[in-house]
Amino acid sequence: MNQVMAPGAEAALPASEPHEGLLSWVASVDHKQIGIMYMLGALVFFGIGGIEALLMRIQLAVPNNHFLPPDAYNQLFTMHGTTMIFLVVMPMLTGFTIYLVPLMIGARDMAFPRLNALSFWIQIFGGIVLYFSFFDGGAPDNGWFSYAPLSENAFSSLPGQNYWLLGLAAIGIGSLSGAINVIVTVLDLRAPGMSLRRLPLFAWMAFVNSWLMVMALPVLNGAIVMLLIDRLLNGNFFTPASGGSALLWQHFFWAFGHPEVYIMILPAFGIISEVIPVFSGKPIFGYGFVAASTVAIAFLSLAVWGHHMFAVGLGHLSEVFFGAASMAIAVPTGVKIFNWSATMYGGRIRFTTSMMFAVGFLLMFTIGGLSGVSFAVVPLDWQLTDSYYLVAHLHYVLFGGSIFGIFAGIYYWFPKITGRMLSESWGKWHFWLTLIGFNMTFLIQHLLGMMGMPRRVWTYPALPDWAAFNLISTIGAFLLLLATLVFIWNLFISVQNGAPAGDNPWDAWTLEWATTSPPAVYNFDRVPPVHGRRPLWDLAHPEMADEAMERAARS
Amino acid sequence: MPEISTLNPLSPFAAQISHLFVAMLVVLGAIFLLVLGIVTYAIVKYRDRPGAPPPRQTFGSRNLEIAWTLGPIILLAIIFVFTVQTMRASDPPISADDPLQLRIIGHQWWWEADYLKSGVIAANEIHIPVGQRWLLDLESADVIHDFWVAELVRKIDMVPGHPNHVWLEADRPGTYFGVCAEFCGNEHAWMRFRVIAQPLADFQRWQQAQLRVPPSPTGGAAAAGLKLFEHNTCVNCHTIAGTPGNQQIGPDLSHLASRTTIAAGAADNTPGNLYRWLKDPNSIKPDTHMPNFQLSDADAKALTAYLETLK
Repeated sequence: MNQVMAPGAEAALPASEPHEGLLSWVASVDHKQIGIMYMLGALVFFGIGGIEALLMRIQLAVPNNHFLPPDAYNQLFTMHGTTMIFLVVMPMLTGFTIYLVPLMIGARDMAFPRLNALSFWIQIFGGIVLYFSFFDGGAPDNGWFSYAPLSENAFSSLPGQNYWLLGLAAIGIGSLSGAINVIVTVLDLRAPGMSLRRLPLFAWMAFVNSWLMVMALPVLNGAIVMLLIDRLLNGNFFTPASGGSALLWQHFFWAFGHPEVYIMILPAFGIISEVIPVFSGKPIFGYGFVAASTVAIAFLSLAVWGHHMFAVGLGHLSEVFFGAASMAIAVPTGVKIFNWSATMYGGRIRFTTSMMFAVGFLLMFTIGGLSGVSFAVVPLDWQLTDSYYLVAHLHYVLFGGSIFGIFAGIYYWFPKITGRMLSESWGKWHFWLTLIGFNMTFLIQHLLGMMGMPRRVWTYPALPDWAAFNLISTIGAFLLLLATLVFIWNLFISVQNGAPAGDNPWDAWTLEWATTSPPAVYNFDRVPPVHGRRPLWDLAHPEMADEAMERAARS
Repeated sequence: MPEISTLNPLSPFAAQISHLFVAMLVVLGAIFLLVLGIVTYAIVKYRDRPGAPPPRQTFGSRNLEIAWTLGPIILLAIIFVFTVQTMRASDPPISADDPLQLRIIGHQWWWEADYLKSGVIAANEIHIPVGQRWLLDLESADVIHDFWVAELVRKIDMVPGHPNHVWLEADRPGTYFGVCAEFCGNEHAWMRFRVIAQPLADFQRWQQAQLRVPPSPTGGAAAAGLKLFEHNTCVNCHTIAGTPGNQQIGPDLSHLASRTTIAAGAADNTPGNLYRWLKDPNSIKPDTHMPNFQLSDADAKALTAYLETLK
């Protein structure tokens, strides 16, 4: 077999001194260990953010409830949103990226292994700073977008808001340096033969996503510094009473915040673009369209932030512009849905748990995407924004989309990461409980929003049907708790007793499956030759190699 | 059937939005059913079966992909046209000579309604004449709030330093629930209000009643209550016409007894609730800015008796 050396193989790896036990993790600069730590950290915060959500759902189970006082409820929804976004979805997807991208492109590690470790530890430090607020007067309680002037000293004098700002600033720095690392890694360390046009779609989307992070995160960190100046040095950027602008914060925040929404979904698109083809036994339908539509989404996402502000009175002209841009972004997103569906056509679909989550993703994300279009239609946004319809929408995107995608990815790559298979029978329980619990919790919230229930209320009056619908939602949330317990149990037993995975349990085609499970510290002895997008397929079927077949199909 | 206020419009503006909403629900629902159909067909038909042949390796189809790029573009272009049209119809442009009728000011956590023509100052209940198109000015005294009456009018933020304007009209007499829709601090949940649309004659009667200076009670508990109001810190925040109290930090109480709720919807306006409110505001609305004055039972009773005279 014709094999080549991994690029940079002649250079010594940075972690030359072997460590044992815990120190081997804390001192690690190995991208696989750091990737695993990102994912484990995200899993811990997923548990914390989930408990916060359950406490809120208990409070909302019946009208006029006094289970929680308002300030506790407001801390919970603020911490739930901030945690799920910055400490769960982002680091989980970063964990996948850090673990997989070097393997997928046939590299030994990230371009900057020490920076990689620094990014991770700064991010964890940010999470600890954020949660330390509970021990210093209470957690932040102004929502995950902390609108000024509510977040200014005059209305939030406790230090919780400062912890939110400092924690997010740290997380922003960690994410930004991580993104730069991914960009350089993809540009510099690809195996011979792996042109950018041959990148596995997950690696491509992680690459595009990293560019988006480089554009978006500095805007947030800049705004954070301005609000800190207001709060700690008596500045006046966002205080209307002394000549500042309340709307300026919103513009800054959403100029970051809408790209952020795509930062949380693009890598999940990447996971789905690996999982669906492999379990359908076919290459992705329309690689070029899927890859290009990702770039289109990234660009457009920088020009749609105004749709978060349709209620603030920007004037019809700006609203028409942002509405049109937001509709435009639905096109490349729709393209992907059709391409994934078409990939399954004519395939031979294996219903592993991973594939079930991928199909679940496809349908749930479609609902979230379609309800998203109703926010681009400006007059509908005027009715629906800041209601429970919006809460439902964002959970269909972030849970039905990102989290379903993450579960698909965990079932798919767990064998590579640990060398053992996750239990498929527990996995199926996990999938069905998640699907039912998720829809029970959130589908009905569309209706609550349409009935006039605003978001972020710690309690509500006993208006007709509000109590019944909220109770259904709360029961659904407890089904989700059960699903998550099944998942954690599955992880726990499988990591010890799961069936041995072997190198390539799914008959997959990308380079990470060419090495052992788990991979050795140096990833590859020899990287297989890369002549197409599916190097392992080309190796196994030299007579049907992808690029020759594709050329033949086109002529 | 549940009462879906956004689909049950009772003003010409909300009706425009509702029509578009129904149409969009149909279109979006149809697209979801299409995707669901495609996916279901694929997973049933192409599910792995023993002995199935290896799938043919196909890489895409330029024509199909162009089709499902162009299809959504055309559909969205049509939706865009209706969007712009409905924006103008549901939120008509305002010209400089349209007269302002009402100024609504959002406070943490209650609503002030200033009637600019008559000088009435109301709180948490906004009376309007049926069938008249009123132009509202929306402002905030502190943080960002949002004015939303789903059956009547779009959401519109009340941003400090950035006044907004919106048209308000009701087709039929009735009481419509409104709510603050932008998180504004601890008691965001109990920042509710009511719009009460009345026939013109009823509205004018209400307005005249609101303009009357309430007579001072001359004897009994109510007179003692008036004294308590005047000689305590109540007057530092509240207005009652005919007394030294003339501040707008808390709601104007001149005609408190004519309202249906207290504390911006947190409780019905009954003597019992009013008494509880005066004794311990937090028991009705936790974290309200109304302080607990540690009133004796007798003082709270006297104040309640006085406030009940303010029809």
